Amino acid sequence: MGSGRWTASMIGGVVLGLGLVAVAVVAPIALAGPAAQLSGDAGQGPGPEHLLGTDNLGRDNLARALVATRLTLLMTTATTVVAVVGGIVVGVGIWLSGPRVRKVALRLLETAVAYPSLVFALVIAAILRPGVVSSVVAIGVAGIPSFARLTANLAAKISTSDYVTTARLLGVPTWAIAVRHTLPNMAEPLLILATTVFALSMVELSALSFIGLGVQSPSYDFGLLLNESLTQIYTQPTSVVGPSIMIVLTGLAVMLLGDALAARANPRGVRPAVRRPSAPAVVPVPADDGALVRVGNLRVGVPGGPELVRGVSFTIEPGEVVALVGESGSGKSLTAMSVAGLQSEELEMHADVLRVGELNMLGQPDAGRLGREIAVVYQDPGSTFNPSLRMGVQLTEVLRSHLGMGSGRARKLVTEALARVNISEPAQRLRQHPHKLSGGMRQRCMIATTMVTTPKLIVADEPTTALDVTVQHEVLRQFRRIHREQGTAMLFISHDLGVVEALCDRILVMKEGEIVERLTPDRLRSRDVHHPYTKALMEAVPVVDVAPLQGSA
Amino acid sequence: MTSVRERPWVRFGLQRLGGLLLSFAVLVAVTFVIVPLIPGDPAVAVAGLEADGAEIARIRQELGLDQPLHVQFLDYVGGLLTLDLGTSFASGQDVATVILARLPFTAELALFAITLVLVISVPAGMFVAFLTHGGRRPWLDHLFNVVTSLVYAVPQYVMATMLVVVFAVGLGWFPAAGAETVSSLVLPTLALMLLPTCVVSRVVRRETAVVLDQDYIRTARGWRIGRLRLFGRYVLPNVITTTLTLSGLILAAQLGGAVVIETVFAFPGLGQGIVEAILSRDYPVIRGTILVLGLMATLILVVVDVILAVIDPRSMEDDHG
Repeated sequence: MGSGRWTASMIGGVVLGLGLVAVAVVAPIALAGPAAQLSGDAGQGPGPEHLLGTDNLGRDNLARALVATRLTLLMTTATTVVAVVGGIVVGVGIWLSGPRVRKVALRLLETAVAYPSLVFALVIAAILRPGVVSSVVAIGVAGIPSFARLTANLAAKISTSDYVTTARLLGVPTWAIAVRHTLPNMAEPLLILATTVFALSMVELSALSFIGLGVQSPSYDFGLLLNESLTQIYTQPTSVVGPSIMIVLTGLAVMLLGDALAARANPRGVRPAVRRPSAPAVVPVPADDGALVRVGNLRVGVPGGPELVRGVSFTIEPGEVVALVGESGSGKSLTAMSVAGLQSEELEMHADVLRVGELNMLGQPDAGRLGREIAVVYQDPGSTFNPSLRMGVQLTEVLRSHLGMGSGRARKLVTEALARVNISEPAQRLRQHPHKLSGGMRQRCMIATTMVTTPKLIVADEPTTALDVTVQHEVLRQFRRIHREQGTAMLFISHDLGVVEALCDRILVMKEGEIVERLTPDRLRSRDVHHPYTKALMEAVPVVDVAPLQGSA
Repeated sequence: MTSVRERPWVRFGLQRLGGLLLSFAVLVAVTFVIVPLIPGDPAVAVAGLEADGAEIARIRQELGLDQPLHVQFLDYVGGLLTLDLGTSFASGQDVATVILARLPFTAELALFAITLVLVISVPAGMFVAFLTHGGRRPWLDHLFNVVTSLVYAVPQYVMATMLVVVFAVGLGWFPAAGAETVSSLVLPTLALMLLPTCVVSRVVRRETAVVLDQDYIRTARGWRIGRLRLFGRYVLPNVITTTLTLSGLILAAQLGGAVVIETVFAFPGLGQGIVEAILSRDYPVIRGTILVLGLMATLILVVVDVILAVIDPRSMEDDHG
C-alpha cells in the first residue's frame, strides 16, 4: 500500500465526509421550510411527499434529519477542538514539567482516563444548564484527559529519539525542542487520534441530547431528533430512521477517514498464506539409502517474489553433525526450519525429497512422531520460553504430550537432565518463570529437554548467537556431550565458523540460497577453502579460541 | 522463604488499597464541587427564578450554602462517613434509599452485559486470530473487520432504538420498556453488550495475532503440541493479561453506556435516576449517584487488577520494576 494510493475505504471516507459537510451547508438553507413548517399532515407515515413521514407537528422528518447535520457537525467540531487543544496543552505541559510533577500528573491522568467520560460529562452537565454550549464544554472537557495522556506519551517517546537527544546536548532549550521537534513529529499521530476524538464526541454529544441533557428544543441535533422519535416510536416508527442513519453515517465517515490516515502513516501489507499441495505423511526409504535426513533440491520462496533457498541438497547420516554456515539472509535458517517442518506459512516450499527418517516433511507427519524424533533448539533472545508459564510446565511438555509420561515422572527426568547440564538447584528452577533465569541457563534448559526425549535429530538454529563467549563454550560443550552420549544427529546453524569447526563433522557454506562450498573441519582448520565467500567469512569472523572447549570435551 | 512469597501480595494489597482511597478522595472532591461551581447563586438555580425568598433560603440551608466553603466540605464528608447522603429535593426521600432502590437494576444490567461480552469476545477473537494467522482465510479476516467495524459505528443508544423498533414494536417479542420481567432485560443487555463485544474481540484478535508471532509460540510449535493445548496453555495466558487490562477500561466505560441505555428502555436504574435528577436539579441525588457510579467503575478496575495478579504474578512485580 503506497502512500499515494487511494483505497476504496479512503475514497468512501472522503466522499461520505464531503457529502455530510455539503449537507450541513446546504440543508439548513434549502430545507428550512419543510423542516420548520407546522402543517396539518401531523404524524404521517412515509410517502412520496414525505419520504420518512412527518413528526407530530407535521414537520418533514427527512428534512429535519438533514438540517440537524449542521448543528451536530458544528458542535462536534467545537468539542473536538476543546478536547484536542486542551489535551495537547496539558500533555505537553506535563512533558515539559519536572520528573516528579510528571509522574504525579500522569498517574492522575491514568486514573481520570479509567472513568467513563460520559459520567464526567454528566457532572459538568449538572453544573451548567443544558444547552449547546454546556454540551460542548461537558464533552470537550471530559475528552481532555485521554488526549493529554496520549500527547504526553507520544512526546516522551519522541523526546528519547536520537535527534532530540542531540538537540539537547547542543543546548537547545526545552521549549524550543518542543516547538521544533516534538510537536511537528507528533502532528500525524495526533491528527489520526483527533479523528477518533471527533467520532467519539459526535456519539457522546448526541447521547447527551438524546437523554435530554444536551441541545434543547427548538434547536435540534441528531440526538434530540432521536429522542423525539423515541416518544412516538409506536405511532411513527419510521421517524427513528433519519437521525439513526445520520449518526451512523457520520461515525462511519470519520472512522474511514481515520483508518485511511492511519494506513498512510503505517503502511503494512499482509502476505497471503500459501496453500500447500497435500503429500503423504510418511515416505518409503529405499534400502540402500542409509541417510537419516535427505534433502533434495529444496526451494523456498515468497510467492510471486524472490526465491530465498534455491535448490539445496544434502544428507545427514545417523549420528552425524552437519553445520549450515552463512550470513543472515543466506537461507540457512529457512533450510533448517524446512527440515524441522516449522517453515513459515507465508512461504512457498518445494523439494524433490525432504525427509527425516521416514517422515515426509513435505506432508503433515504425525505430531507425536515429530515431537519425539526431531528436537529444535533456538537462539535465545530472552523470548524463547513463554513468560507466563513456569519452566517446569514447558520443559516437560514433550515428555507429557508425546511420550505419555505423568507429570511427576517427567519432572523427575527433567530435573536430572538439568543437573547434568550443570544447572544449580534444578528442582527449584522448574518452579520459576523464565525471566528468573539467565540466557545461558535457559539455553542449557532447552538442551536438557532434548537429552531426555532422545530424538533422532536435533535442529539447532543459532543456539549460541545471543550468548556471550564464555557461556557459548558451556552450551557447545553440552551439545558435544549429547552427541557423544546419545549419538544424536544434528543440523547446526551458525554464522560463526569457529563455533562449528569444533563441533561438526561436515560444514555446508550457504550464500544467497545456495550451498557454495562443502567442507570438513580439517580443511577449515588448515584454511583449505576455495570459494571466495568462505574465505571472506573466515576473515570476517575471527575464529574463536576453541582450545578450552576441545580440552573439556 | 514465606516472607519472600508473601511480600509481593501484601505490597500489592496495600498499593491497591491506597489507589482505592485516592480514587474515593477524588470522587468525593469532584461530587462536592458540583454545587459550589454552579454559576450564579446555586440556590436560585435550584429553586428556579420564580421561587420566593423563603424557598430560596430553605434550599440554601438544605445545601449548606449559608456556611463557608470549608464547613460545607466538612459537613459533606462527615455525612458520607455516616452514609448520610442528604435528602432528595424531588421526593423528600433519603438519597441512600433512592440509590439503593436503583442500584440493583444497573448492577444487574452491567453484570449481564460484561459477562456476555467476555464469554463471547475472548473465544471469538482468539478463534478468528488463529484461523487467519499468517494470512490464511483472507475472507474471514475481511468479514470480521467489516462486521465489527459496522457494529462499532452504531452507538449503543442508536442500537437500542433500532432493537426496540424491530423486536418490541415490530415483532413484539420483548417489552419495549420497564424492568418487570426477565424478558425486559433482553433488549437492554443486547444494546449494551454488542458494541463492547466487537471492541473486545478486536482487541483479543489483535493480541492473539501478536502472541502467535512470538518466539515462545515457535518453541511450543517445535514441541508439536496439539492445537487445543497450545491455545489454552500457551496463548491464552499471554492474551488475557493485555485483554483484561484493556477490557477493564472498556467495561468501566460501559457504565456511561448504561446511563443512556436505561433512558431508552425506561429502565429504573441509576442512569435513568441521574438524568431525572439533573433535569430537576436534585443535587443531593446527583452527588450520590455520581459517587456510586464512580465507585462501581473503581471496583471494576480493582477486580480486573486482582484477576490479573492471580493469572500473571508478574503484573504485580512490574509495578515496582
